[in-house]
Formats: sequence, structure tokens, C-alpha cells
Amino acid sequence: MGAAHEGQGYMTKAMRSPGEAQHEYREIRGFASFDDPETLSYIHSDGTPKFELIRQTEEFRTLRRRLTTFVFPMTALFLASYLTFVLLSAYAKDFVSTKVIGVINLGILLGLGQFVTSIIITLGYARYAKRRLDPQRKLLAEKTGVEE
Amino acid sequence: MPTTGNPVLNLSVFAVFVLITLYIVYRASSRNVTASDYYAAGSSFTGAQNGVALSGDFLSAASFLGISGGIAAHGYDGFLYSVGWVVAWLVGLLLIAEGLRNTGRFTVGDVLAFRMRQRPVRAAAANATLVISFFYMIAQMAGAGGLIALLLNVTSKWGQAILIALVGMVMVLYVLIGGMKGTTWVQIIKAVLLLLCVTLMSVFLLGKFGFSLSAIMAQATENNKLGEAVLDPGAKYGFSAMSKLDFVSLALSLVLGIASLPHVLMRFYTVPNAAEARRSVVWATWTMVIFYLCTLVIGFGAMALVGTDKIAAAPGGENSAAPLLAFEIGGEVLLGLVSAVAFATILAVVAGLTLAASASFAHDVYANVIKRGNAEPRREIRVARLTAVVVGILSIIGGIAANGQNVAFLVSLALALAASANLSTILYTIFWRRFNTTGTLWSIYGGLGSCLVLIIFSPVMSGVKTSIFPDVDFAWFPLGNPGLVSIPFSFLCGFLATIFSKPEPEMAAKAAEMEVRAISGIGART
Repeated sequence: MGAAHEGQGYMTKAMRSPGEAQHEYREIRGFASFDDPETLSYIHSDGTPKFELIRQTEEFRTLRRRLTTFVFPMTALFLASYLTFVLLSAYAKDFVSTKVIGVINLGILLGLGQFVTSIIITLGYARYAKRRLDPQRKLLAEKTGVEE
Repeated sequence: MPTTGNPVLNLSVFAVFVLITLYIVYRASSRNVTASDYYAAGSSFTGAQNGVALSGDFLSAASFLGISGGIAAHGYDGFLYSVGWVVAWLVGLLLIAEGLRNTGRFTVGDVLAFRMRQRPVRAAAANATLVISFFYMIAQMAGAGGLIALLLNVTSKWGQAILIALVGMVMVLYVLIGGMKGTTWVQIIKAVLLLLCVTLMSVFLLGKFGFSLSAIMAQATENNKLGEAVLDPGAKYGFSAMSKLDFVSLALSLVLGIASLPHVLMRFYTVPNAAEARRSVVWATWTMVIFYLCTLVIGFGAMALVGTDKIAAAPGGENSAAPLLAFEIGGEVLLGLVSAVAFATILAVVAGLTLAASASFAHDVYANVIKRGNAEPRREIRVARLTAVVVGILSIIGGIAANGQNVAFLVSLALALAASANLSTILYTIFWRRFNTTGTLWSIYGGLGSCLVLIIFSPVMSGVKTSIFPDVDFAWFPLGNPGLVSIPFSFLCGFLATIFSKPEPEMAAKAAEMEVRAISGIGART
């Protein structure tokens, strides 16, 4: 019963969107738990993957957690930094007009700073995806036998 | 006008470009086209190729002519556009590109309708795509009008109209002959040329001023009637409470709109998998950063060497800053080259837009709404081609009507529409399992509708001297850009409509499939 029960155990810990809690699909999981773990297959006889089962595997949960814990905080971060720049430009004119290098003022430098942070986040995500996400995807593909 | 250069030379450089690209498009296109070839180039491009094409899709007339012109006229306030347009790619990279690639095939509708009731959602997605593309297209064609006025010294409205029509026809040819593959190649060639062009101009300008951006800007302030104040915020947006809010609204639309544009989203289908989609955004980000660094130099360079007054007085107004600067530093030949590249830019971007609009109509409306998913592929492509012709004609008419507006500003309206209709819906459908058909329809129509209504009743349409209808006043919404209201509104609509409607248990299997595919990519090609 291993895989399916493990899946149920993790279900309670899974991250849920607001309003989703009351809405799970027990009948599908029930059906899965009757399978013999030795021959547990993630592919229907017609060749289509059993996505509901795959969704409950630990490999998938780990992947989803790794993805969301990176992209959502990062999105909040760059939006906050961008909006700070915008709000400063709109409401703190004297501050951003401070000259720093020759006639180049703080506002222009902060704007160029956005270019720099964009590149850093882009490269950071590419690296994170390569090291933490792609290998996990491969693991999941190997376990379930479903190719990309 | 002494600055128009040699019209014959300009035209010949442009004609050579068109002939070469048409030949490449012809060679790239295969004779027996499948739907996948026509819409998504058979998903055969690499991440790097698609990344350059992706930036090409965004390095439009609006960014090249509009941004350099905006900086040349308003200094700091022009520069703000470019910051938003660089940061915006992060939305695409982190939240959208891979999930979209893994769950869709040809259009935005594929993703939005994946686990929803097909017909209403596809129809809504197609409506949004058509409205957004049409706004964006008008902006591009208006840019073409200004450029033609400058380069060929065609000042009569009729002469310009004929030339806009010619541009439109060449663009439709690209789409009909080449489909997505041809359009992508045109986009790549153009993006490389444009990048080379702006890089060389910037390096030259910097060299002229002893590699000091400060020196360029210092001289620029002497040729602007605001003096040093042009380097500070406020030259364009002013200091009233409303104008500041308007500015924040614009900034929000810029950063959230780009990764929601249908023709940009469609690009993610031209690569074989999610990892390549990711790679293409990384490439696009690099090219955008280089490009906008250069426009900063070119914008202030134009202010320094040509002068804001002379730019404003030129045919084409602000949009002519970059070509005028090219003439100033490189004479007729450089002007010819720069204008040819700018023309090519307009052609390629409009071709991409036409393709997105026609794909959405043929694939979502014709094949899935009208034929309920049982359309014959050959007929579907024929419908797509017919639509491309219709869209081309509409854009020619719209472009002639909007001739003369600042293109960067028009684009910002299209971005507000895209962010309002698409962004909330795509994010909800990928990341929120409870999201359902009712929520989808509300967030698309709520965002699109509120955005359109607010544009109609804003100072853009009526009430002030710069409005499209300056003589009447039915404006009650004070902001020129509606994004600040309509984008949160669409998120709210989608959320409330989902919460207050029944879940769709019959879609549970599709929802599980979408979640697994979007996040892991496995099973994405079945």
C-alpha cells in the first residue's frame, strides 16, 4: 500500500490555495490504494499518465514546494523593488534628484540598479532551476515512467 | 526640412531588406504545412533563437522610436518606460513561461481552457487576444506613419496612408508565406540588426563624449528648455496628485503587461520544451538590458546633438529622435540604415501580432467554438490565413486613423489591457486549483471590460487638447492609464466569482493533469 498511503499522509500538509480545503477528490485516491504496490503503475492501459496519482507522489510534492518557495518570494521581491523605485520617482522627487556622478542623479542610478537586479534574479533562477528543479523533474519522470 | 536624408537611398535600403527577408521566409517555409508548423514553427527553435526573437517581438517601433524619443523629449520620465520593460521579463520567467509551454500548444486559449468548459472560455480568450492585438497593432502602424513622414518626406496624409497600406501588405505576405517559422526568422534577423545598430550608435556617442554618460547628459540639458530639471522626474507627468497616480498606474501596466501579450506568449510554443522556454527568457532579458542601456545613451544623445525643439518640430515628432540623431552623426547612409531597421522592426512586430490574432481566431473560435474541436486541420489553417488578411486590412485602417500619436503611449494602453485580461487568469489557472470556469470568464471579461470602459471615459479619449476627440468632454475617469484600477479589479473578479460559484468536480482529472504538467512538464507532449 506504500505509495498511495504515503500520498494520503502528505495530503494534509500540502499547500493549499484559499477556499480549496473542502474540495478534495477522495474517490480517485481510494481507487489507487487498492493497487498492489509492487505493480503500481502511473500509466493507464491506454498509455495516458495517471495524473492524479502522480500529483500525490512525494517527488512531485517536493518539486512543487521547491518551485513555489522560489518563484513567489522572488516575485514579491522584484515587484517591491520596482514599485519602490516608481513611488520614489513620483513622490520623492527631491531625493531622487540628488546628483551623484556628474549630472547623473540617484533616480537614474536606481533605475539602472533595476537592470542589475533583473539580471541577478534571472541568472539566479536559471541556476536554481538547473540544480534544484530539473533533477527533481527527472526523478519524477523516472519514478512514474512518464516522459516529458 | 534638411534632415530627411535621401528618400531614394532610404527606400532602397529598405527594399533590399524586404527582399532578403522574403526570400528567407520563402526558403524557411515548408510546402505541406501542419497546424503546428503554421502556429508554432513545429516547436523547432532553440532557446537562444527564440530568446532573440522574443526580444525582437518586444523591440518594436514603440521601444526603439518611442523610448529614445521619450528620453530625448522628457529625459527622466522617458527613461522610466525602459525600466518597467526590463523588469517585466521576470514575470514571464518566474511565473508564466514554463507553465504555459507545458500546458498549451498554439494559443493562450489552450492554456486558459485546459481544465475549464471549452467553448465559453475559448471565446473569451480569443476576444481578449483580438482586442489586445488590435490596440498594439494600431500603435505599431502609427509609428510606421511617423517614420515614413520623416524618411521619405511624405507630408500629405494621403501619401502616408498609401505607404502605411504598403507596409501592411508586406507584413501579411510574411505571415501567409512563412507562418510562425518565417515570422520568427524575420524577427531574429531584425533583432540582431537593431541591436547592432543601437550598440554601435551608443559606443560612437559615448566615444564622442569621452565615455562619460554624465557629459552627454550635461550637454543635453543645454538643448532642452527645462535645463537640468529634465534629468529629474516630472518633465512629462508633472506634479499634481492625479498625474503622479497616473504615472504609478502606467508603471504597473508596463511591468505586468508584457508577459501577458498574446504574441509574446505564443512565442513560448516555438521551442520544444519548458527548459528551452526558460532559456529563451534569459536570452531575452540580456538583449533587453543591452538595448535599453543603449536607448538611454541614444535618447540623451539626441537631446544633446539634435535638441528637443528640433525633434519636436520634425515630421513624426518625438518618434523621429533616433533617425534624426543617426543623420546627425552618420549622414544619409546611417539614416538610411537606421530607418530601414526601424521599418523592419515595425514589419516584423506587426507580422507577429497578425499571426497571434489569426491563430486565436482560427484555433479558438473556428476550430473549438464553431466546429467544437472537430475542425479539419487544413481548413483551420485556411481560416487562419484568411483571418490574417482581414486583420492586416483592419490594422492598415487603424494605423491610418492613429497616425501621429506617440507610439509608446498607445502601447501602454495595450499593455494595460493585456495585464488586465490575461495575467490574472493565467496565474489563477496555473497556480490555484479551485479556480473554475465562472472565475475564468469573470477575470477575463472583468479585466478587459473595466479596462476598455476606463479608457473610453479617460482624458485619452475626450476632454483635453491632446485627446482623440478634443472637442467633446465625456471623461470622468481621471487617469490616462487604467492599469492601477483594472488589473487589481480583474484579480478580484476572478477570486470572488470562483469563491461564489460551485466547484467543478467533473474537471478534477483535468485539473490534476494541468497541475502536474505545468509544474513538472511530464506528460506535456502527450
